[in-house]
Amino acid sequence: MKKRQFGRFGVQKNWTIPYAVFLLVFVITPLILIAIYAFTDADGQFSLANFQKFIHHGETVNTFVYSIGIALITTLVCLIVGYPVAWILSQNIFSSTSVIVMLFILPMWINTLIRTLATVALFDFLQLPLGEGALIFGLVYNFLPFMIYPIYNVLNKTDHSLTEAAQDLGACPLKVFTRVTLPLSMPGVTSGILMVFMPTVSTFAIAELLTLNNIKLLGTTVQENINNGMWNYGAAISLVMLLLIGVSSLFTDDKSGEEGGLL
Amino acid sequence: MKHLFAKLYVWLLLAILYAPILIIIIFSFTEARVLGNWTGFSTKLYQSLFSGGVNNSLFVTLLNTFAIAFIAASASAVLGSLAAIGIFNLRHKTRNTVLFLNNIPILNPEIITGVSLFLLFVSLGISQGFMTVVLAHISFCVPYVVLSILPRLKQMNPSLYEAALDLGATPMQALRKVIFPEIKPGIISGFILTFTLSFDDFVVSLFTIGNEGLQTLSTYIYADARKGGLTPELRPLTSLIFIVVLVLLFIVNQRAKKSAVHEK
Repeated sequence: MKKRQFGRFGVQKNWTIPYAVFLLVFVITPLILIAIYAFTDADGQFSLANFQKFIHHGETVNTFVYSIGIALITTLVCLIVGYPVAWILSQNIFSSTSVIVMLFILPMWINTLIRTLATVALFDFLQLPLGEGALIFGLVYNFLPFMIYPIYNVLNKTDHSLTEAAQDLGACPLKVFTRVTLPLSMPGVTSGILMVFMPTVSTFAIAELLTLNNIKLLGTTVQENINNGMWNYGAAISLVMLLLIGVSSLFTDDKSGEEGGLL
Repeated sequence: MKHLFAKLYVWLLLAILYAPILIIIIFSFTEARVLGNWTGFSTKLYQSLFSGGVNNSLFVTLLNTFAIAFIAASASAVLGSLAAIGIFNLRHKTRNTVLFLNNIPILNPEIITGVSLFLLFVSLGISQGFMTVVLAHISFCVPYVVLSILPRLKQMNPSLYEAALDLGATPMQALRKVIFPEIKPGIISGFILTFTLSFDDFVVSLFTIGNEGLQTLSTYIYADARKGGLTPELRPLTSLIFIVVLVLLFIVNQRAKKSAVHEK
């Protein structure tokens, strides 16, 4: 009701228009263009050739599968490493938990390239070889905060009396965890998985820098095609990537997205 | 004892997370071309980072990046403030539609945003350069400004605006004297946030920057890294950026805390 009163004059309602036009031109049209380019050939004729090429082009399919594999491994490692951190932080054993949480989020605001180059520097410094191991380390390093934060958020809001009740009723610590804590934290876990998987599967540059360009991910393939003037094919791969991300986001419901929001 | 292990785990992980950044900061204070060689303490890299003026390509790149971030953040602040006030006054259904569209740039993977804008500019026949990067940055910045202003409008007492009108203020005056002060903290937080987003952006810039020699810091680093060796001056630069981001985040965080206390 309050909101209505404010808008009753209706004058400022029109102020949405510039932004709506902007969104139409710079967000919606470009996305439609990806679909148009994906379904046309270089002459602008409707064609499925791009997708046929994608399926029959062994290297791209390999890259596609490999990217999903790397993204899954990264997500799993982030979950295994990140969940305990989120849980420990939610136990309030630090004198200032908010500062520690902040320390985990902080690297997220630093340029991915700079962070990746810093990882390269670390591996050089420790005289470790670059390659697949470095790639997974770099990806985990880059995306771990995205896993910790949503899980921490959910765990932090969880009512502690629930776990206490389970303890009082005689459940062993393992059972308390598997029967109470873990199920309650699932919204955070799904949103964390999504927030790590999505950027990992579409990443590029990180792989180039951490493997000395020996390993290609899907993002690199898209960039190379666009760069070499193969816009239609690049758009088709982008569309496949968008579809993959759309499908993976179906696994989470709106609620978890809200709980795990980063802003 | 149990807590000790838990704390140890968290500190160990933080140490690993910050080790790469720490190494860069430490080695920014030595002259060696190759990272990892310590040839004694020196601030020479910091000096050469800022010397040479326009002949220093890294310095020019830094200026470009600042200019792009400043223009993109300012334009986003204006467009986003207008949009937030407008969206707030929309009917429920229309508002939800606009908010849904507003979320697309936030949820989209960077590479999709980059490719889609690249296709937009080539199909419109616009040659890519400074303007296209700015436009591209605005497109992913405005949503964050809208989201940082809307909560402020929701908290506002709606009678204040009406009271101003009843007391004879024109709608423009009421806006300037009543609504603007209320949403100002949101605009400032939004500006800082979008400035860092634009400054740090790599993927979208790479796709919209064209090939007329314009570089932002990220594309410069990328090109540099692909060539093999990293320009040593990037070490002091990275260290400085890290410190600046740290300070900015601290400010934003303090502001958020203060306003949270204020609301209580």
